[in-house]
Amino acid sequence: MNAVALGLDRARTEVRTYFRAGDSVLFTFAFPVIMLLVFSTAFSELPDFGTAPGGAVVDAATYYLPGMIASGVLLSGVQGLAIDIAGERGDGTLKRLAGTPLPVASYLLGKAGQVLVTGLLQLVVLLAVATLVFGVDLPREPAAWARFASIWLLGMTTTSLLGVALSRLPRSGRSASAVIVPVTVVLQFISGVYLPFSQLPGWLQAVASAFPLRWLAQGTRSVFLPPEFAAAEPGGTWGLGAVVLWLTVWLAAGLVVTRLTFRWIRQDD
Amino acid sequence: MSPEPAVRVRGLTKSYGSRAVLHGLDVDVAAGETVALLGPNGAGKSTTVEILEGHRLRTGGEVRVLGVDPARADRAWRARVGVVLQSSGGDGTSTVREIVRSTALAYPAPRDADEVIAAVGLTAQAGQRLRSLSGGQRRRVDVALGIVGRPEVLFLDEPTTGFDPEARRQFWGVVRSLSDTGTSIVLTTHYLDEAAQLSDRAVVVAGGRVVAEGAPAALGGPTARTPHVRWTGADGRLHDVVTDEPGAFVARLTADGGEPAGLEVVRPTLEDVYLGLVGEAAADEGGGGPGGGPGGGPAADAVAPAGTGEAR
Repeated sequence: MNAVALGLDRARTEVRTYFRAGDSVLFTFAFPVIMLLVFSTAFSELPDFGTAPGGAVVDAATYYLPGMIASGVLLSGVQGLAIDIAGERGDGTLKRLAGTPLPVASYLLGKAGQVLVTGLLQLVVLLAVATLVFGVDLPREPAAWARFASIWLLGMTTTSLLGVALSRLPRSGRSASAVIVPVTVVLQFISGVYLPFSQLPGWLQAVASAFPLRWLAQGTRSVFLPPEFAAAEPGGTWGLGAVVLWLTVWLAAGLVVTRLTFRWIRQDD
Repeated sequence: MSPEPAVRVRGLTKSYGSRAVLHGLDVDVAAGETVALLGPNGAGKSTTVEILEGHRLRTGGEVRVLGVDPARADRAWRARVGVVLQSSGGDGTSTVREIVRSTALAYPAPRDADEVIAAVGLTAQAGQRLRSLSGGQRRRVDVALGIVGRPEVLFLDEPTTGFDPEARRQFWGVVRSLSDTGTSIVLTTHYLDEAAQLSDRAVVVAGGRVVAEGAPAALGGPTARTPHVRWTGADGRLHDVVTDEPGAFVARLTADGGEPAGLEVVRPTLEDVYLGLVGEAAADEGGGGPGGGPGGGPAADAVAPAGTGEAR
């Protein structure tokens, strides 16, 4: 079987394991949905939760939906994979696979497939909750959805690679959550997911701008918020060029680090 | 049988920093042979096996497994080598059949998954998740994963640790049937009966060197198996005499009509021989180590009939 076919089989196994294991289902899959429910409900008494400089108004669910979608992309890739792979390194799974002819590329393809499938399911659940529970109006123009698909896929690829790259960071499978989760939580707070980005101090915006979530969230806002809200972004536009640029830079960084550092096991000690 | 040896190791050395754990190991495994690597903890068995598996880099020496340097393992070589690690890991959410089938896909000519599951005696558990299996059953899954690719060489690293006696016997049957089909097997174990049951040859490693090798029944040479005659003399001293003719010796001993107290004739077991070998190696190292000669009897007598020698 070639590396791609093996990767597809691995993806099937990975998705099955993901839902059977349960931990990721709560902390990675359901988390953005839970947060959408919490924020949308908490601010449901404010019909004009978000007001654009031009006077356009949205409720809390509409405002938070793009942030939670971006957050889901970050969690599925970075948090899900980094913890998952660190766990597999710690419990001996990688060492076992190292003794088989399975190519590393197939293994990583399987992980990517798992992120894509679970991320897509998560997206569907988020959109369903937003529309069915909170009556959020989704964009109707195909162009907006095409733009969303590109940003989402670019984001998924980037965060998946970063997840693989970061999986080397925890010293053990047990410590993986403790090392990775604080990183993703802080990023969500400073990148305009939980708190409106335009209300953060300039220096914090600058810090957040060095990381991909800020750009991802800005990209998803450009799809789901009325065009008037572009004026609230730093620079007064959606800045899609910068969104694509920064996500691509992080994608390249993740690719290089993965290529250089991913090994089944350390042979050198 | 291929003329190429399954494993050829010459002058293998390995150091972790300044600490040398292998001091020039030589091991051969012929095609189709089963070799047991024996040795105390820290002797270098697992390091050796990990180097052979391509999971660890050596410091020096020459290593060939199926003619290939494991440090340059590629997919084609991996497809010919089966590895059963000390612990196989995983979160246990897959079923036996799922994981065996999925693993089989990576090999060019795998065995049928259900056939392999049957071979390790898990047909009844094929649909169960790994985490619901007993330790012995999970270990058999590990073996199934190690053999599903039809390996020419199989590495088994302490495969039966934690097994109950019945599970161990069943497992031995699995290994024998693999050996019968021509698979070369390298087995590390702490159980000498396991080595005696399964291996054509045992290699005793201590202090990073091979201290003895041979058929398990011949390990340590003929003198190591010479029977001991022990008894307690009238003065209360323990006597321990090594002799090739224990019957004749006992006949002479009892010729005066006296019945020696606590008389016994003991043939050293493989374990006695092994402990003797490992103890000698430890003494050569200048360390303490397990002491005692073969038989572990207390040293005694000064008078030895012809053809006998006093135990140390």
